[in-house]
Amino acid sequence: MPLLEMRNIVKEFPGVRALDGVSFTLEAGEFHSLVGENGAGKSTLMKVLSGVYPEGTFTGEILVDGGVSHFRGIRDSEAAGIAIIFQELSLVKELTVGENIFLGKEPSNFGVINWSELYHKASNLLRDLHLPIDPRVNVGSLGIGQQQLVEIAKALSQDAKILVLDEPTAALTESEVETLFGILRNLLARGVGMIYISHKLDEVFAMSDRITVLRDGRTVSTHKAADITKDGVIAAMVGREVGDIFPNPDHEHGEVAMRVSNLNAYSIDVPDKKVVDNISFDVRRGEVLGIAGLMGAGRTELLMSIFGAWQGPVSRRIEIGGRQANINSPGDAISQGVGFVTEDRKRFGLILEQTILDNMTLAGLRTISGKFVTNRTRETIAAKGPMQSLRIKANSPLTIAGTLSGGNQQKVVLGKWLLTNPKVLFLDEPTRGIDVGAKQEIYAEINRLAKEGLAIVLVSSELPEVLGLSDRIIVLHEGRMAGQFTRDEATPEKVMAAATGHPQ
Amino acid sequence: MEEATTSRFSATTLRAYIMIAVLGLIWAYFHWATDSIFLTPRNLSNLMTQMSVTAILAVGMLMVIVSGNIDLSVGSVLGFAGGLAAYSITIWEYGLPTAIIAAIAVGVIIGVFHGVLTAYLNIPAFIVTLGGLLAWRGAVKWQLGGNTVPVSNDTFKAIGNENVPETIGWALAAVAIAFVLFMAYRKAKSVKDYGLGEANYTGELLKAVIPIGGIVAFILVMNSYQGVPIPVLILVAVALIGAFVTNSTTFGRYLYAIGGNADAARLSGINNKANILKVYALLGALTGVAALIFTARVGSAAPDAGVLKELDAIAACVIGGASLMGGRGTIFGACLGALIMASLDNGMSLLNVRDFMQDIIKGSILVAAVGLDMMGRKQT
Repeated sequence: MPLLEMRNIVKEFPGVRALDGVSFTLEAGEFHSLVGENGAGKSTLMKVLSGVYPEGTFTGEILVDGGVSHFRGIRDSEAAGIAIIFQELSLVKELTVGENIFLGKEPSNFGVINWSELYHKASNLLRDLHLPIDPRVNVGSLGIGQQQLVEIAKALSQDAKILVLDEPTAALTESEVETLFGILRNLLARGVGMIYISHKLDEVFAMSDRITVLRDGRTVSTHKAADITKDGVIAAMVGREVGDIFPNPDHEHGEVAMRVSNLNAYSIDVPDKKVVDNISFDVRRGEVLGIAGLMGAGRTELLMSIFGAWQGPVSRRIEIGGRQANINSPGDAISQGVGFVTEDRKRFGLILEQTILDNMTLAGLRTISGKFVTNRTRETIAAKGPMQSLRIKANSPLTIAGTLSGGNQQKVVLGKWLLTNPKVLFLDEPTRGIDVGAKQEIYAEINRLAKEGLAIVLVSSELPEVLGLSDRIIVLHEGRMAGQFTRDEATPEKVMAAATGHPQ
Repeated sequence: MEEATTSRFSATTLRAYIMIAVLGLIWAYFHWATDSIFLTPRNLSNLMTQMSVTAILAVGMLMVIVSGNIDLSVGSVLGFAGGLAAYSITIWEYGLPTAIIAAIAVGVIIGVFHGVLTAYLNIPAFIVTLGGLLAWRGAVKWQLGGNTVPVSNDTFKAIGNENVPETIGWALAAVAIAFVLFMAYRKAKSVKDYGLGEANYTGELLKAVIPIGGIVAFILVMNSYQGVPIPVLILVAVALIGAFVTNSTTFGRYLYAIGGNADAARLSGINNKANILKVYALLGALTGVAALIFTARVGSAAPDAGVLKELDAIAACVIGGASLMGGRGTIFGACLGALIMASLDNGMSLLNVRDFMQDIIKGSILVAAVGLDMMGRKQT
């Protein structure tokens, strides 16, 4: 008897059938990955499982330990031993680790919290997980990776039998990922069943017993991980065979578009601490320059400093098109032909409640629409181009950006910067958290832009992406230049070695 | 997967229709309850005059709220600017133009001051203007020495109490109608000019019928009493400028962007600080205008002039659909909100509802309006 069985789940939204008869089983101690493009129905299925969509809003059955469950809300599913760790962290940063773990379930007598018991239990739990975290420190003072691990500790404090992890490694460093997987292996051995949602197929294959692929709200296939290849999974996800994900760049390089000399940037909080240490580089027209490095290596800080957006002290010399450029604000950078597709589109890229059109025209508004008085019609026409060339899937330019899928949101951000007519385009994690199909479209667009003569600086945490797209790669380690490779020289091993500070 | 089709435009339009319907219900009820006094030209004229000060403040406040900020000090600043105007005309005998310039200039200076503290020194707007609420009220009391200063100039008093003659009312209506028709023509033509399809002149003309009807009805009603009151005329001008600024200027778009996502706005090259400074200066100027009307209507400047006006203005914006988190709200909504509040005041006064009861009812309606709005939002 499986630990969990979902039978024939159908969930409809007005006009859309998000889940169309999905069935899914999970055994005790099994690691079962759920993969599919964004919008395939993974999150919806998990919301059905967790009671976010209560019974009656969908059809089909959920059986836990063979018994039919009736979840009217998240509390019911928690009581049944189901714990979900969502992509966005749900911790209270101002509270301590211990307070967060027991939030809403504090050990108490008549409403008076027993603090020593709470912290005692919390430290036991953390020790069980081999997490060297003090339960009395504020969550906000931990790094994002450790926060994620606290989140998992919180889920386990509820004696979860079924653990659902939705993209848990998106913000983790390699070593944190290893810690996490170590913990997960322990739990598997104890009989906890896990449903793992991820776009990172390497992780999926490293951990999974079985892999289920969803597409358009239907189950495409469920395989033992040993019986299927990555290409097979990708083909099942996109519904077509994928050739080489990275089209051969073959770019023609022109003159130097931007030269940055002796860039130093200091931390906002600790003024003496350098976050970028004496970096110099140039990028030519038609060239894709990749910047690799681990989290915290200073990649984003480097781009922000060039762009005039870093809020700590900065010193550097910038030449654009051979002439010295004075850039003191993003506005200066834009007017001198620098565009910046920032990381974390929801936080830095988009105004989610506004339309595609409003978002796309924001950065270039004064040139697209009018210096002081705007012109809607002119904006609509300007936005039409990128909407078509980037294949943004939306009913109209007036669709609210927040309702789009991640891939389409990312294309809107890219479109916004193309509308500023940049000569140099920075891309910071341009494909994070988006599905394979949209990724390929963005890769193709990057190559097309390079071919048109744009100079591109690409920051990405996904090594294959940097290696596959870049003509040249700079590797940063703790703010310093740790290596430089041409496309032919670069291998994953060499780049990773430089990024970890141990060049071969 | 859920590629919703909702646009800001359609959601806002739906909301506007609901608000107009609510206003209609309130008017119908008061008209019935007051034995057909409420909807007479005389009372409507009074109602519009009563709302003008709050609505002018609400126009400025809306822009500040859209940018994600707040101003709690406008009531006190109104008192201070009005006091300065009355003082300069009656005590210093500087004449009308100086008094008008002084009131507006002091509003702008105070606005810039608040803007600098908020945007450049990063003191939260709530705190800056809470301090302003106290400090500028103290300044009024100091300035007036606890006395009421009467306004000696009749032209000044006319700003708050006179009406424009019938013929001028019609002339302004003609200009307004011509403008509506021109805009309709321009819109139809731009569709063709930019190659988006055939120009639909008849369609745009039909759409223009409603505003034109509104203009004609408004002038007819006002003229059948004493003509359009000057405060109402000023309000209409301020509201039109406000609507133009928020809808059709880069500055307006930047305000929505800053309020919607300040980080994204900054990284898109927008100078957030400068724009916040500007919006406070603009609210300050409008506070000066409101102060002139207020002082002229009362005929004197008193130490308690404008007390609680900031809350009326904020309430009008919120009832009109603005979000205090920033990024959302319209001038039309804020003016409609002010009209709803003024209608409640006026109607309940006609019904002799005791004033403590009026406060309780208005407070409850404010909370209920936002509550219903949130419920409606959650479903979508």
